Amino acid sequence: MIYVAGLMGLAMLGAAIVALATKSTAVAVIAAGLVSLFASVVFVLLAAPDVAMTEAAIGSGLTTFLFFFVLSRIRREGGNG
Amino acid sequence: MVRAFVTLVFVAILGLAFGRLALDYVPDAALNQTAVHYAELTPPETGAQNVVAAIIVTYRGLDTLGEVTVLFLTAAIVALVLAQTSGPTKGRGSGLLPSGELLQTGTRMLTPLILLFGIYVFVNGHLTPGGGFQGGAILASAALLLLLADPVRRFSHRLLSWVESGSGVFYVLIGVFGLFLAGGFLDNRILPLGDFGSIFSAGAIPLIYALIGLKVGAEFSSILESLEEAEDH
Repeated sequence: MIYVAGLMGLAMLGAAIVALATKSTAVAVIAAGLVSLFASVVFVLLAAPDVAMTEAAIGSGLTTFLFFFVLSRIRREGGNG
Repeated sequence: MVRAFVTLVFVAILGLAFGRLALDYVPDAALNQTAVHYAELTPPETGAQNVVAAIIVTYRGLDTLGEVTVLFLTAAIVALVLAQTSGPTKGRGSGLLPSGELLQTGTRMLTPLILLFGIYVFVNGHLTPGGGFQGGAILASAALLLLLADPVRRFSHRLLSWVESGSGVFYVLIGVFGLFLAGGFLDNRILPLGDFGSIFSAGAIPLIYALIGLKVGAEFSSILESLEEAEDH
């Protein structure tokens, strides 16, 4: 169990590095959402399902959606000048 | 160069602090006194199967009321700040990119399911992991999906503010009822505790969690809608 949690921690680090290093904003947003998703898996493994649900709903759900929402608005208004 | 060095030093200090925290960590051999109290007395005292929910809603109910109030203040301030940026014409359609067949059809299929799941999460908050905050966030993500698929869409401000303030008022009223009918403010024993583990059990906890879910969902949705309406031209 603890090794799976450690693996998830490494995956979180990997996703975070991808989010920082990538040139594409969409990929960065998805990678940042992935960090939260892995974090919620870690919370489940560490027997904190309530925290995991909050992390999954807000961290990887709502925040990712919100970033894409703002991204589409920037594209839209950038087109308008 | 200097800035990069200073950043590195700060990151190193932060890493040192967290590293010490992780290295010095010794797991407890047994639960501490408070945890033992909650673990043993929560089922007989509150009738809730989910101990975390009982702690959040009953034992630490006042804190939760404070959290909900902070969220309400945030929503109000966001609306206030964004309303002052400019006076947008309602539902300006110019320059809107169509959001694509895939997103629109997917939204139509998924929105009812997401709403249902959000309601499930906060109605079952006293039995299974989850609760008002999680369920409310899931409700709001359905609202966000609707806004993504159709940027011109507007929810009714009147409905959102009624749901928001109505659930807040009822939340405080339930707390005051607890003052008179049971042991204190936000005591859940104003309603019968019911059968342990059934859906109508744990006194007022499901009711309070449903109110919190509606309130949080309405607050997040109104924040998102204020963001959508703000046009900074």
